[in-house]
Amino acid sequence: MKFIDEYREAGPIREMAAEIRKITTRSWTIMEVCGGQTHAIVKYGLDKMLPEKVSLSHGPGCPVCVTPSELIDKAIEIALSPGVIFCSFGDMLRVPGTKKDLLRAKGEGGDIRVVYSPLDALSLARKHPEKEIVFFAIGFETTAPAHAMAVYQASLERIKNFSILISHFLVPPAMEAILSSRDNRVQGFLAAGHVCAVMGYFEYEPIASRYRVPVVVTGFEPLDILQGVYLCIRQLEEGRAGVENQYLRAVLREGNIHARQMIEKVFEIVPGKWRGIGEILQSGLALRKEFARYDAEGRFGPARDEVRGVTESPDCISGLVLQGIRKPEECSSFGRSCTPDHPAGATMVSSEGACAAYYRYR
Amino acid sequence: EYPAILLGHGGGGKLMNHLIEKMFLPLFGTPLLDTRHDGTTVDLSHSKIAMTTDSYVVQPLFFPGGDIGSLAIYGTVNDLAMCGANPLYLSAGFILEEGLSMETLWRVVQSMQKAADRAGVRIITGDTKVVERGKGDGIFINTTGIGVVEHSQKIGPASVRPGDILLINGDIASHGIAIMGCREGLSFESALESDSAPLAGLTRELLSSGIHIHCMRDLTRGGLASALNEIAQSAGIKIRIDEALISVREEVRGACEILGLDPLHIANEGRFVAFIPREEAAHALSIMRSHPMGEGSGIIGEVEKGTPDGISETFPVIMRNKMGSDRIVDMLSGEQLPRIC
Amino acid sequence: MCLAVPGKIETISDSPLITGKVNFGGIQKDVALVYVPGAKVGDYVIVHVGFAITLLNEKEAGRIFETLRQIKELEEGDS
Repeated sequence: MKFIDEYREAGPIREMAAEIRKITTRSWTIMEVCGGQTHAIVKYGLDKMLPEKVSLSHGPGCPVCVTPSELIDKAIEIALSPGVIFCSFGDMLRVPGTKKDLLRAKGEGGDIRVVYSPLDALSLARKHPEKEIVFFAIGFETTAPAHAMAVYQASLERIKNFSILISHFLVPPAMEAILSSRDNRVQGFLAAGHVCAVMGYFEYEPIASRYRVPVVVTGFEPLDILQGVYLCIRQLEEGRAGVENQYLRAVLREGNIHARQMIEKVFEIVPGKWRGIGEILQSGLALRKEFARYDAEGRFGPARDEVRGVTESPDCISGLVLQGIRKPEECSSFGRSCTPDHPAGATMVSSEGACAAYYRYR
Repeated sequence: EYPAILLGHGGGGKLMNHLIEKMFLPLFGTPLLDTRHDGTTVDLSHSKIAMTTDSYVVQPLFFPGGDIGSLAIYGTVNDLAMCGANPLYLSAGFILEEGLSMETLWRVVQSMQKAADRAGVRIITGDTKVVERGKGDGIFINTTGIGVVEHSQKIGPASVRPGDILLINGDIASHGIAIMGCREGLSFESALESDSAPLAGLTRELLSSGIHIHCMRDLTRGGLASALNEIAQSAGIKIRIDEALISVREEVRGACEILGLDPLHIANEGRFVAFIPREEAAHALSIMRSHPMGEGSGIIGEVEKGTPDGISETFPVIMRNKMGSDRIVDMLSGEQLPRIC
Repeated sequence: MCLAVPGKIETISDSPLITGKVNFGGIQKDVALVYVPGAKVGDYVIVHVGFAITLLNEKEAGRIFETLRQIKELEEGDS
């Protein structure tokens, strides 16, 4: 497949790995923000191609991992309400809420359907006026334009039986939270290429300068990731801390203006609730008043809030793993009481989650 | 006279007999089925027979490259073929939903008959029940198959030996992706077709050429990954496969890329893997490649020497990728779902 | 968080979301092109959950291989 296979050829990948070895003189800890990058690193064994001194830590960039369990409970409650068709990306069906997951709710009679796009949920709403269609709108900035357009289109067509349950996150505030925490180990970042395809990378410039850390906007194929690591280490070795764009074929400094305008029109920034990490200011999205009738929490009541964001079973350290403070194998239940079949925390459920990726490909 | 199935068609009375006469007998009406008795008696020339049963609940009922009817025949024929048996007779049990259109049933039953002819088996007994509207998904079919075992080999995981070579009869994941392509919410257009096909002819040819087959497994739900893990765990061995040797059609790769799926975990319906002694592998491969069901055959890996220890006990299947690094090929805990992350 | 894949635009309709048929290795899917108004048939776009989020810059796509070639030539020159 064009613009994919070329970046998975063994030759260029080995050459890039060799270049990294040539310029690395000290040990560095680099965080790849996005779960998709984690998946590629572990699937292609890229970390094994790096010098011992370079350690990659996995970031919080996996919406499945950071969606609070109370929101999963709310999704289950809505999905089991009469007359509801609950649509979701496949990723969310196995994420544990406080008691069960959406797949169990499906078995208990919930009409839960996997869709590829929010537009599929919208067409269900047109086709089934007698049903209430609710879409689980999870994701980071990359997915926000799609959710925004689905809501905007629903408002244009005055579709009444459509609403979204929102669990949206923004990367920059999470990056700052990681950098400002006392026991932060991360010295450089691989920023999520597709987030930046939408938002651009100007938002990272103040972070790079304030915290003196290099940020390299990086793609998702093996060659992209290794070049991202190369550019990040080159800056670290030379004592520089700027924002650099590796993913040239997809990202501009100002991102996609049309997409950003639609996000701005439909959503407003609110405090974000991150599972395992807690609340991070300015890191979530909510519908603006003008579109409030499309908010499922408005129609079905808000998700429980009192313990939002931090509940995790005691023996799960996914919050620390998400912030790169711990590696999955540093957790006592990893691979023992916590496995893909019986995940204790969300980072073991999603194939993107650091723990699942480590377990599966180690 | 009846455009759709009524509850009465499952009631044992005139309506049901009418259905059997008009729908099933004209197609399955071999002399054996004509006796309309409770069962059919046949005599088998061999003392050793293989028997298997499987139920088919696929949705949609008709998909590119097949339908629930052809699937119900080939699936059971292939299970018998995996035992090295020569499939002969099948039963067909139908559970029909009230309101199912007769036209749809007629198309499915015709397809079953065509598939039975192609696989060289005969449907000799059957049953029909009807459930209330909303209690079924149009049609459920169960088929049970009997075949004669004309060889004396012990084909199964216990016979697998370190050093055995793994052969596969074609590319993987076409069936699962072809079905997914016509499901609401995920649909895409492609020329992709299910690989659903009868394998008994190919396995019979391998056996009659004197090839020693240590083990065979058809790669249905759960895909190549599950089949290899099941065999490795029950045989207590380690398997190493090579990603570059596993062929996946371009359209299947395209669908897996946008849906975030791994072809190793996707269902097949006309593919099997065979564990062959190293010294016979080349011969077996040439036989497979000269058979219509094996034109795309290839070697994908081997059984490792030495017994599994520690980590490889829980993860006995390893794949080497193009970069030369190894990764565990895991069995999924549930059905593989499309993902965005 | 963002599985996005490059595909080639085969057709473009003038529906509200400017839906087009995009080809991914032989399969075609309807994709909303509303966020890449400048896209033309034959262009490559990067698609996420049914939306093209950006136009793929084909010139830049080859840059990485160019860099590796130059490094190689430098080394061959030195050794």
